[in-house]
Amino acid sequence: MVPVSWFLYLAAILFTIGLTGVLIKRNALIVMMSVELMLNAANLTFLAFARQAGTVSGHAIAFFVIAVAAAEAAVGLAIVIAIYRTRGSVNVDEVRALRE
Amino acid sequence: MITAEKVAFFVFAIPLVLTAAGVLWARSPVYAAMNLVAAFFFLAGIYVLLSAHLIAFMQILVYAGAVMVLFLFVIMLLSLGEARIGTEPKKAMQYLGVLGAVALASVLVSAIARVSDGGMRTVENTFGTVKAVGNVLFTEFLLPFEATSLLLLVAIVGAVVVAKERI
Repeated sequence: MVPVSWFLYLAAILFTIGLTGVLIKRNALIVMMSVELMLNAANLTFLAFARQAGTVSGHAIAFFVIAVAAAEAAVGLAIVIAIYRTRGSVNVDEVRALRE
Repeated sequence: MITAEKVAFFVFAIPLVLTAAGVLWARSPVYAAMNLVAAFFFLAGIYVLLSAHLIAFMQILVYAGAVMVLFLFVIMLLSLGEARIGTEPKKAMQYLGVLGAVALASVLVSAIARVSDGGMRTVENTFGTVKAVGNVLFTEFLLPFEATSLLLLVAIVGAVVVAKERI
């Protein structure tokens, strides 16, 4: 039997990789892929604890996370397309109209 | 003690971490997307090890299928060349970001080290199947489930409104 902490460490590694991508990458598409990685790390944690506790409630939550991630990807990519159309770039540093 | 399950864990976990890191190392968005698809497949394997059969199936169907096709379509639509990624000089904030990520990782590891590793509970064979998850989903989580359908509808309409120039 694989101990639950192994799954949690794996989720922590995945989340850290995703966070690093969000913080250092400047391409909006890569940033969104990193967000997907972070959501998957959260899912893995839910499923690991669901398996440890022996309840399927965690699976229902993981199901909702997948649905929200799909919605996020659809809306986020639409925004990326809109930004590319108006600015000709997907660099997140150049999108700062609200800051100036 | 090495069991077959532990070997299977590493068979999926090591390529998962490598492909996830590959998303950041990739030179072009297409390579990053391909790495992400591979990462989703390996993660589905990890889910099967946790006997989350339905979620593993949905991981491949929704993530590796639908979401990644969406990503690839946008990459194709924007026709981003390889020169567009990683050529600009790094800013000080980005190095600070790596530092912050490492700090978060250390916090997570110290938190996980305190989780009592009581071992997995033995579960019946139906754990994580469509029937078991559906039972919970349509009784205990019925309202969130219906709200999800509304969320997806709003997301589809919102995506069309935002992405389309003229409606």
